[in-house]
Amino acid sequence: MNATVLFRTVGRRGGAAAGACLLALASCGGGGDQSQPKTEVIRIQNTGSDTIVNLAQEWAEAYRKVDPSVSVEVAGGGSSVGITQLQEGFVDLANASREMTAAEKAEMQHKTGKKPIEWIVAYDGLAVYVHKDNPVEALSLDELASIYGEKGAAAKWSDLGIDNTARCPSDAIVRVSRQSSSGTFQYFREVVLDKGDYKPGAQSLSGSKDVVDAVGKTPCAIGYSGMGYKDEHVKFVKIGKEKGGPACAPSLETVLDRSYPLARSLIMYTAGQPTGPVKKYLEWIMSPAGQAIVAHAGYIPHAAPAAPEAAK
Amino acid sequence: MVPAMRTRAIAALRFLRRMLHAMSERTIVSLIYLCGVSAIIFVFGIFFFIFREGAPFLRDRFDAGEFFLTAQWFPTSETNKRYGILAMIAGTGSVTILAMLVAVPFGLGSAVFIAEFCGRTMKEVLKIMVEFLAAVPSVVWGFIGLKVMNPLIIQLTGAPTGLNTLNAGIVVGLMSVPIIVSIAEDAIRAVPDAYREAAEALGATRWQTIRRVILPAAKSGLLAAVLLGVGRAIGETMAVLMATGHADNIPFDGTFPFFHPLTSVRTLTATIASELGEAPHLDPGPDGVYSPDAHHYQVLFVIGIVLFAITFAINLIADLIVRGIRKK
Repeated sequence: MNATVLFRTVGRRGGAAAGACLLALASCGGGGDQSQPKTEVIRIQNTGSDTIVNLAQEWAEAYRKVDPSVSVEVAGGGSSVGITQLQEGFVDLANASREMTAAEKAEMQHKTGKKPIEWIVAYDGLAVYVHKDNPVEALSLDELASIYGEKGAAAKWSDLGIDNTARCPSDAIVRVSRQSSSGTFQYFREVVLDKGDYKPGAQSLSGSKDVVDAVGKTPCAIGYSGMGYKDEHVKFVKIGKEKGGPACAPSLETVLDRSYPLARSLIMYTAGQPTGPVKKYLEWIMSPAGQAIVAHAGYIPHAAPAAPEAAK
Repeated sequence: MVPAMRTRAIAALRFLRRMLHAMSERTIVSLIYLCGVSAIIFVFGIFFFIFREGAPFLRDRFDAGEFFLTAQWFPTSETNKRYGILAMIAGTGSVTILAMLVAVPFGLGSAVFIAEFCGRTMKEVLKIMVEFLAAVPSVVWGFIGLKVMNPLIIQLTGAPTGLNTLNAGIVVGLMSVPIIVSIAEDAIRAVPDAYREAAEALGATRWQTIRRVILPAAKSGLLAAVLLGVGRAIGETMAVLMATGHADNIPFDGTFPFFHPLTSVRTLTATIASELGEAPHLDPGPDGVYSPDAHHYQVLFVIGIVLFAITFAINLIADLIVRGIRKK
C-alpha cells in the first residue's frame, strides 16, 4: 500500500516535471522562432542629469517611431552619475547639465582610452522659483549668493527687504537645494557662489521636480531648478547681474541672447566619436524634428542650424 | 502486472528510498550547518567590506575631532572639503528620540491591550492589523510624510517647512510600533498566569495587576522591545530621506526649549542613500595615493561603520537583556 502511494507520488511528480520541461522547451523554441525573422533591437543606454531626463525620455519615445529597431533606455540620477557610468562604459550617452571637469575628462581617457565628445543638445535657463504668493519680484546674483552661500548673511526674507510674512509668518528663508551629484547643484555653485560652498542647512532634494514641488508647498521657500518644471504653485524670480540693474525671467529669448544670467547648455557626452545608431540618434536630436521636442519639453532649442556647434 | 515483478519493484523502491534517506540526511545536516554559520560569515563579510572601502579615508584624512564634533559636511566642495557628521548624528538622534516618544506609548499600550484586555477575535484582528502595519513599505511612509504631514505641519504649527524632525519622528515612530507591539506582547504573555491569579486573589484591580505585577515582571522583555524599536528607527532610510527635509541642521541649541523639532535635519542613513550612488569610486594614483575626490565615496563607508557600530551596540544590549529574561 505504502509503496503504491510512493509510486503514485513519484509518477505524479515525474509527470509534472516532464510537463514543465516540455513547457520550457516549447516556450524557448517558440520565442526563438518568432524573434528570428525580426532584426534584433539595438539598445542605446542614456543616463545622467535629472534636468534632462524628461526631455531625454520624450526623445526616446519619439525616436521609436523614427527607427523602431532602436530602443533608447533613459535613466536619471544626476550629471555625475551619467558621467561616471560613461567612464565605466556602462552607457552610450551621458546627459549632463554642466560641462565635464578636467579631472573627469582625464579619468575618462584613463579608463576607456577615449576622449569624451560634447554635444550641446539644448539650452536651459536655470530658474529660481518661489511660492506663487511670495511678493519677491527680482533678485541679483549677489542676493542669491547671500541666501545660498556659506558666507551669505540673508536668513530672513526681511534681510532682503522683502515682506513675505503674509504667507510665511516666521519670515525664515527655507533654502531648497539639490544633492551634490546634481549638475544643477554644481552649475549653481560655480555661477552664483563663484565656486564657494553652500550654507549648511539647505534641503538637499534628489530631483528637479522635487524642488519645484517643495517650493510650491512651502510659502517660505526658494529653490532652483530647470525652467521646464514650472507649475501653477510657483513663480519665476527675475534674475539680474547686479542689484538694481536690469533683471529678467528665463524665457526663449532671454536664454538664447544670454541676457538671462543663469542660461546654460544641456549636453550629451559620448565616449569618442559616435558611430552607427548612436550617431544617427544624435543627428536626429539635432535635426528640426528633434529640436521641436526640446521646445515641447519646456527648454530652449538650438537656433537652427545647430550642427557646427556640436563637435568640440 | 505479474505479482513477482511487483514485489521486486517494491523492494527496489524501498532500497532506493533508504539510500536516498541516508544520503539526504547527511546533506541536509550539512546544509543546515551551513545556513547556521552563514549568518556569522555574512556579518563579518559585511563588516570587512565596509571597513575595506572606508579604510583609505581613515588612513589619509580621518580626524576624529573634525568628523564627530563639527557639522561642516562639504564632501564635494571645490575649495575646502570638510567631513563633519555631527549634524547627521544629531539628526539621527533627534528623529529616533521623537520616534520613540510616539512609538513607546502606542506600542506598549497596544501590547498591553492585546495581551490582557481584548477578547479572542479582537486579539486576532488586532494582531493581523499590526502585522499589516509592519508590511507597509518604507517609501510609502515617506510619501505620507512628504504629501500628507508636510502641509499639515505647516498649517498647524506655522513652521516655515513641514519637512522636519517632527514629521520624520512621527512617521518613523509609527513604523516602529509593530515591532514594539509584537515583542512586548510576547513578553507580557510570558508572565506566568500564577502571577495574575495571585494578584487577583489579593484583591488587586485589573489596572493594579498590570501596573504593579505584570509590567514589572515583563520589564526586560519590554525594554528589549523598545531597544529593537530604536534599532529600527536608527536604521530607517527612505522614509526619513523624504520626511526630514534632508538639511544639515542641529536641532539642539542653548535657547529654550533646547530641542527644536521643527528644524529640518538629515540622518546618517539618508546621507549614505542619497550620496553613495553619485560619489565617484576612484582608484589610487600610481604612487598609491588617493586624490581628494576619492574621499567622498570612502567617507560614506566610514559613516556606514559608525551606523554599524551603533546598531550593533543596540542589538547587543537588547540581546543581553533578553538573555537576562531567559535565565530567570
